[in-house]
Amino acid sequence: MSLRVDGLDVRYGSVAAVSGVDLTVADGEVVALLGPSGCGKSTLLRAVAGLEPPTAGTVSWDGVDLAGTPVHRRGFGLVFQDGQLFPHRDVAGNVAFGLRMRRVDRAARAERVAELLDLVGLTGYADRRVTELSGGEQQRVALARALAPRPKLLLLDEPLSALDRALREQLALDLARLLRETGTTALVVTHDHDEAFTLADRVAVMRAGRVVQVGEPSAVWQHPVDVDTARFLGCGRVLAPEAAQRLVGVRERVGLRATALRVDPSGPIRAEVVTRVHRRDHVRLLVRLDGEDFEAVAGVADPPSPGDHVTLTVDHDGVAVIG
Amino acid sequence: MAHVGAGLKPTLSPRLAWSLAALLPLAFLGVFFAWPVLAIVGLGLGEGGVLPVLARADTWDLVGFTLGQAAAATVLALVTGMPVAFLLARCRVRGTGLVRAAVMVPFVLPTVVVGLAFRALWPDGGVLPIVLANAFFNVAVVARTVGGLWARVDRRAEDAARALGASRVRAFTSVVLPSLAPAIGSAASVVFLFCATSFGVVLVLGGARHRTVETEIYLRTVQLFDLSGAAALSLLQFVAVIAVLVLGGLARRRRERSLPLRVEPPRRPAGGEWGVVVAAWLVVAALLTPVVGLVARSLATDDGWSFAGYAALAGTGERGTLAVSGLDAALNSVRAATDATLVALLVGVTSAVVLVGLRRHGTWFAETLDTALMLPLGVSAVTLGFGYLVTMDALPGDFRTSPLLVPLAQALVVTPLIVRIVLPVLRAVDERLRQAAATLGASPWRVWREVDLPLAARSLVAAAGFGFVVALGEFGATSFLARPEAPTLPVVIARLMSRPGELNSQMAYAACAVLMVVTTVAVLVIERLRVPSGGEF
Amino acid sequence: MLRRVLPVVSAFALLTACSVTTSDAPPPGERVVTLVTHDSFAISPELLEKFKADTGITIKPLASGSAGELTNKLVLTKDAPIGDAVFGVDSTFASRALKEGVLAEYASPEAQQGAQRYQLDPPNRLHAVDVGDVCLNIDVAAFKDVGEPKRYADLTDPKYRDMLVVEDPATSSPGLAFLLGTIAEFGEQGWQDYWGRLKANGVKVVSGWEEAYTQDFSGSSGKGPRPVVVSYASSPSAEIGDDGTPRTKALPDTCYRQVEYAGVLNGAKNPEDAKKVVDFLLGEQVQADVPGQMYVYPSREGVALPEAWTKAAPQPATARSLPAAEVDANRERWVQQWRTSVQG
Repeated sequence: MSLRVDGLDVRYGSVAAVSGVDLTVADGEVVALLGPSGCGKSTLLRAVAGLEPPTAGTVSWDGVDLAGTPVHRRGFGLVFQDGQLFPHRDVAGNVAFGLRMRRVDRAARAERVAELLDLVGLTGYADRRVTELSGGEQQRVALARALAPRPKLLLLDEPLSALDRALREQLALDLARLLRETGTTALVVTHDHDEAFTLADRVAVMRAGRVVQVGEPSAVWQHPVDVDTARFLGCGRVLAPEAAQRLVGVRERVGLRATALRVDPSGPIRAEVVTRVHRRDHVRLLVRLDGEDFEAVAGVADPPSPGDHVTLTVDHDGVAVIG
Repeated sequence: MAHVGAGLKPTLSPRLAWSLAALLPLAFLGVFFAWPVLAIVGLGLGEGGVLPVLARADTWDLVGFTLGQAAAATVLALVTGMPVAFLLARCRVRGTGLVRAAVMVPFVLPTVVVGLAFRALWPDGGVLPIVLANAFFNVAVVARTVGGLWARVDRRAEDAARALGASRVRAFTSVVLPSLAPAIGSAASVVFLFCATSFGVVLVLGGARHRTVETEIYLRTVQLFDLSGAAALSLLQFVAVIAVLVLGGLARRRRERSLPLRVEPPRRPAGGEWGVVVAAWLVVAALLTPVVGLVARSLATDDGWSFAGYAALAGTGERGTLAVSGLDAALNSVRAATDATLVALLVGVTSAVVLVGLRRHGTWFAETLDTALMLPLGVSAVTLGFGYLVTMDALPGDFRTSPLLVPLAQALVVTPLIVRIVLPVLRAVDERLRQAAATLGASPWRVWREVDLPLAARSLVAAAGFGFVVALGEFGATSFLARPEAPTLPVVIARLMSRPGELNSQMAYAACAVLMVVTTVAVLVIERLRVPSGGEF
Repeated sequence: MLRRVLPVVSAFALLTACSVTTSDAPPPGERVVTLVTHDSFAISPELLEKFKADTGITIKPLASGSAGELTNKLVLTKDAPIGDAVFGVDSTFASRALKEGVLAEYASPEAQQGAQRYQLDPPNRLHAVDVGDVCLNIDVAAFKDVGEPKRYADLTDPKYRDMLVVEDPATSSPGLAFLLGTIAEFGEQGWQDYWGRLKANGVKVVSGWEEAYTQDFSGSSGKGPRPVVVSYASSPSAEIGDDGTPRTKALPDTCYRQVEYAGVLNGAKNPEDAKKVVDFLLGEQVQADVPGQMYVYPSREGVALPEAWTKAAPQPATARSLPAAEVDANRERWVQQWRTSVQG
């Protein structure tokens, strides 16, 4: 019960959207495809679904090559960024669609629809028109629709990025819970690493059509494979080993996220504040240290102002060792 | 329908599968259009060269006049059709349903009757009445085609432009007009083809002075039996038609894209919009003027008003002018138009589906098929009719005299209209909606049934109704092919007009009125079906 | 949506019993003769039924356009004829039909009852069925004061200025007949000059009989402005007022005679029965039916005309005509010359 992608290439004319990708998703595992927009992650997902014909390589399920299996026989569920609900059917009609295609009888269908609506928190929405739903509700219906026929593999293409942030965070948690509870095997495409780390057991980082790193979220987070990956994962500064040794006491190439330097009256590092931006739960600073600019954070209460001299301490959670 | 089914292993690429599905429309076009037309043109070319005809200055005068009057009529139909499209698509005003039906009425009137109606106003004929009459026929095409898309254009873009300080006119030209471009391009090419090949009107109003390529082809083929001259002109007509189609196709393609499938609810016009509504009403009133004139003539006799013409429809005219009664002719019309509509729906919808499918794979083949489907609108009915004579005997049972030839020929004219109505809607369906259905286990055929069909249902119904009405009024090919024992109403009208006697002429006008009533009822019934019970989408 | 539409559509299709589901193929063994005709062909249904009862033959008419169009279609399909017999090839186009060999020889016994007067060729391939005279028709009321014109030449008189409307000989069959009439009258040398004078006197040229007669002519229901029109000798019989007197009149000295012929087609599937149909057309009953049905005069001698005709539309005693071969040889040139001199 596992997905295996071997040496997959997808080309559009002379453009290689996906090249040489190897990837596995084990039974019950959630894997996130993480990467900047245009890196080929959606194309990879669509190739797995059977919507894009691969130029080379194979997609197989349980060791069986799927090249001969059209989309509708793969038994994979797909959730789009913007739901793509059937506008001419009500909520129940959307959720029941896959069940109808599998000739599930009416009673069982109704039961399953109710069960899924409960699961996605839309109890009682069965008869609502999908055009009357909010974006978040639509996405929940889309999820319920994809899950209803118990897909072997659930494919989620940026499932939350069309939603506003608060809703996105809430739904990400719900989705994570839901995937765990239902034991669903899933491949999630996202450009948001918070989302990837919330949802996934493993993360595959893609860039320019290739998978550059695969690993557990914490491993990827703490040890990005190269500078570009580190930058993509939020490291605003990259330090060579010597500089890293001086600043954070690690003699390796490191990436620093904003949280690596925190204002601490007893901290050992002295710096001057250049700019200050308030965030929801902290204050983001740009500080000048030995003539170079670094990001740093401070508490919301009584933050320093530009021009102030502050002392900083290193938080090793914000330091990623590259390589 | 082509799909990668269970038996077909996916070695059959989707592109190939779609191409196979294209066989139905291609076979239809090939047998009932390309073969006869090429045969008769080939026969003419065998007799003599094209060059002598092309070398004559008056040939180019003909071409110039043909294209010029068609362009003028197309512009006029667009200008007058747009306000009507706006009224139909956007406005919640009492009586709009009737307007919808009223604009269709000119479309079914036999050309000879319209020609005579315009000639009553301009007794000496001339260019102006020709252009007016051609536009008169085609306002419906613009109003329906553009209106159909307009109803789906999101109001918010327009509202946003207004909020940004654009005047109503500015918002229209910068936001609404570009999004309507595909429909306008579609309508313009169809109207242009209709006008460029319009025959009866030019003959009646052009008199001996103004001739078009179409009337000249008729003269040379039918009266002079100059097949080589006719063939040369037919080739010129082909070239012009294909050029127009390619241009129209380019205009369409640049703009065609996914649109929300919901229909914007019409609302009461506000402020300056009333001006447009009034303009639309004026256009409709102008369209109805000749119509009212016809009805009046059907009732007027030397001794005042009378229903004698209508009563006579139950019979066969003054001293048996007709082979069948007017009522039978009306039934013949409805039967033939029903058959033609069914055939055209089958061919047209298959074509539209194939075109949407192929477009995804972006092939030149799709463009070619798209253009090929429109060609029958641009080819002379005479060429087609004579082509049938020299080819159809090769089909089983000497097809030249088959009663099926009338609906099949009508279907040739109706199919492109159906494609033009349905295709934009199918193209507007987001591809990912189909993909969502496929991942849920729907086969390509099932996807079409579950997604495309319901979403396109309204436009299908509209297309069917429009096609039915067009088939009902089709005269060119029908008059050529209808068998004497089963004439359609337009054929009967033309025959009645060609006979002396007050009753015959009254009966002809009464038959026109009947044709208009049938049309109006058909359109109203269709509207009833289309009007959403509670906003379906 | 669909659920609401389908029943309506299917009910509609059922109600109208669309022709796809019906077949008009004759039952096996039935004898059918396809009679290719011009568009104006008409015959009383009772006669067709009686013919079927007498002979077992069903006549299936196939209308194929004007006389010229009909002839051209026959020529085009001579290798695979669309029917068995033809009716409606007229004297203007007869030469072409004979020359192209579309007709089979047949000496009908009925042809000696008057039709022989219009015989064209010794082998008897075409038989005259009826005679139609294209004449100037006038609105009688309009000439109370000025006096009626009598002959072609009168129409160049300024007192008849702007009174005449004629049809384009290129697009209309009476128009062509009138042109041929003027050629017969004024000769190859003089006809163009005559037309020049007609033009100077305000003749109006229109495409078809419908426009000329029903719209421009003042004597028809259209009540147009022009009291003289090119139409048929028989037309006045349809314009009889309530008081029983005709409102219009055909001028007997302005007629050009067109004869309409019938014959058996070469390659007919059913030549023996086709011959019987030709006999039928020349027979007494059809000949008596011809005036009422087709507004023409029978070719057979001694057939009584309908009552209205004897008063309003007696057959002109004399009418011009040109030999079929001469017409065939010159028709296109004459029409071209006419187009250049009158329209140019």
